Amino acid sequence: MNDMRMVERQVGTKPIKISGRNVQVYYGDSHAIKDVNVDIEDNTVTAFIGPSGCGKSTFLRCLNRMNDTIDICRVEGTITLDGEDIYDKKVDPVQLRAKVGMVFQKPNPFPKSIYDNVAYGPRIHGLARSKAELDEIVERSLRRGAIWDEVKDRLNAPGTGLSGGQQQRLCIARAVATEPEVLLMDEPCSALDPIATAQVEELIDELRETYSVVIVTHSMQQAARVSQKTAFFHLGELVEFGETGDIFTNPKDSRTESYITGRIG
Amino acid sequence: MTDVTVAEKTSKHASSLHQTDVRTKRRNASEARFRFYGLTAIAVGVFALIVLMASILSNGIPAFFQTYVIMNVDLKADVLDPKGNRDPDDIAKVMTFGYTPLINEATKTLVAEIGGEVPGLTDKMVNNMISREAAGQLRRFVLAHPDEIGKTVKFEFLANGRIDGYFKGRVTRESAALDSNVSVEQLDIADALKRDGHLETRFNFAFLTNPDASDQRPEAAGIGVAILGSAYMMLIVLGLALPIGVAASIYLEEFAKTNWLTDIIEVNISNLAAVPSIVFGILGLAIFINFMHLPQSAPIVGGLVLTLMTLPTIIISTRAALKSVPNSIRDAALGIGASKMQTVFHHVLPLAMPGILTGTIIGLAQALGETAPLLLIGMVAFVKDFPAAPPEGFFDPATALPVQVYNFTQRSDPAFYERASGAIIVLLIFLLIMNALAIVLRRRFERRW
Repeated sequence: MNDMRMVERQVGTKPIKISGRNVQVYYGDSHAIKDVNVDIEDNTVTAFIGPSGCGKSTFLRCLNRMNDTIDICRVEGTITLDGEDIYDKKVDPVQLRAKVGMVFQKPNPFPKSIYDNVAYGPRIHGLARSKAELDEIVERSLRRGAIWDEVKDRLNAPGTGLSGGQQQRLCIARAVATEPEVLLMDEPCSALDPIATAQVEELIDELRETYSVVIVTHSMQQAARVSQKTAFFHLGELVEFGETGDIFTNPKDSRTESYITGRIG
Repeated sequence: MTDVTVAEKTSKHASSLHQTDVRTKRRNASEARFRFYGLTAIAVGVFALIVLMASILSNGIPAFFQTYVIMNVDLKADVLDPKGNRDPDDIAKVMTFGYTPLINEATKTLVAEIGGEVPGLTDKMVNNMISREAAGQLRRFVLAHPDEIGKTVKFEFLANGRIDGYFKGRVTRESAALDSNVSVEQLDIADALKRDGHLETRFNFAFLTNPDASDQRPEAAGIGVAILGSAYMMLIVLGLALPIGVAASIYLEEFAKTNWLTDIIEVNISNLAAVPSIVFGILGLAIFINFMHLPQSAPIVGGLVLTLMTLPTIIISTRAALKSVPNSIRDAALGIGASKMQTVFHHVLPLAMPGILTGTIIGLAQALGETAPLLLIGMVAFVKDFPAAPPEGFFDPATALPVQVYNFTQRSDPAFYERASGAIIVLLIFLLIMNALAIVLRRRFERRW
């Protein structure tokens, strides 16, 4: 993985997984997201970049309705997953979140064993019919989280005893275990050191083959390294959205250019 | 920055670090003063605690020892079984009063045996040395063992409260000379009995297992009914306050939306925690006794009143415990598609458990020591009979430990004062055990994230 890759990245069209139309988010009286339109493709890593407080995390949390837990938060507009409105009255957010998994900024493993951390999702969703099947899911998920080799001998050790980078990969494995279709990542590397970051980034690139990945990041280098599409948010607006290569080499909006060159943010 | 700052720079600080400037001196002095205030406050507190403990222990420990007189009693068949047929019904017709002469006679024989000839000693004085409880004890024995009638059996009777007090230092020869209930002659005899091994003072388990006794026989009084009554009430409080309190807290903390209604509820719960306990007693009297017609003096009513009193404490501490679980855990569970309830019960509640248990135990300890509301619902009554086993026992009359303490202090005989202190020691031991349990639980389930 290096910055040169974005030049040779090929531009293709893939089916649209999530689509937002005229999305508005309010926290009480403040208008946090203003009229955002975005199409997120399948099997693609989409990066949301922008200065602090620009609304990129808020928008990400709209995609699996995590904002529902905040009383004063209100979402308007339509967001569709495979053409279905996720804010429809008939949609149970619990079902939605099983399809749209999430990895958070701070690694947050449950204070349980590594095995139970990963097995929790499949258990509550009834994905495994037997212990053997569950074991298999756990192993597969940990492998996909690129952490299997490090923890296979201590699956019963507490997940909180791992290092920060391992914890975050465990959280990714945990999210993967429920077999989602979309994986949302809210600054997954901000609490990690450069080596752990590199491991997670590599992992994200692999996950792209199976999922649509949306990643919020503060680091433009990271966005450039891992994503195919980039959305630049500023003050609650989606300023520019397009191929990552285009955004970084040939931004159309002056604000994007200012941000990328370090003049705002 | 500017020239001014540069010019003043030299004058702002003392030239040498080896000299303390005035400002620093003043600052250090004020810190020293504050440390002194703090130490004084702690010293005053520790002193008060030591005085309290010393006073309670010195007054109360004698209650755990009791003086017994050991003697042989001739169970005369013609007195105990006048018809001579050993029929339990006929034996039961001899009332407790009928047993007294046998004990009087045995005492007299014992005094004569040890050669206790003291000038001025009357038969009445000799008889009074043995507790009035003895006749009842003898009758219970005979009814339980009718075959022993006609034989001579060795008994240990309680000594009268004043004689007992003499060996514990509560009664002296000087005080006895002024006391119409005990005479110096009796004390001489008691000394003689002790010398010959017919009288001994030893650990008094009966204090923990006996029910209360009437004013005339403090030596027989115990706190068994009170301990049982308190235990029943604690069971009721635990069984009701914990589930109700935890359910209410979980709902308020995790599910309820913040609006004016939940705000009002929140304010009221905090206020309820500060309501004087006697008010809960009046509430209990009005609702549980006058309206619902539950029996008076019963642990069920006491338990319900104490439940109402403990609920705010449990709710407040449970909410604090739930609040202290980091949101990242909730996010993690919700993020992989757990429902709100699964999130709470699988992840949040287990993490909040030590806090909840600590709060509950502290609430229970508070309830255990509560007196005022129990006075109003009639638990201050004199209760001689043990309540039955639960659940029927919840409806039988009983007393509670703190109320028993209050009750003992109302009696005139100083021997009861000693028992009140003894009961306080038992109460304090229970409280210490509960608090220790709270600490152990907290340590055990220390935060794991």
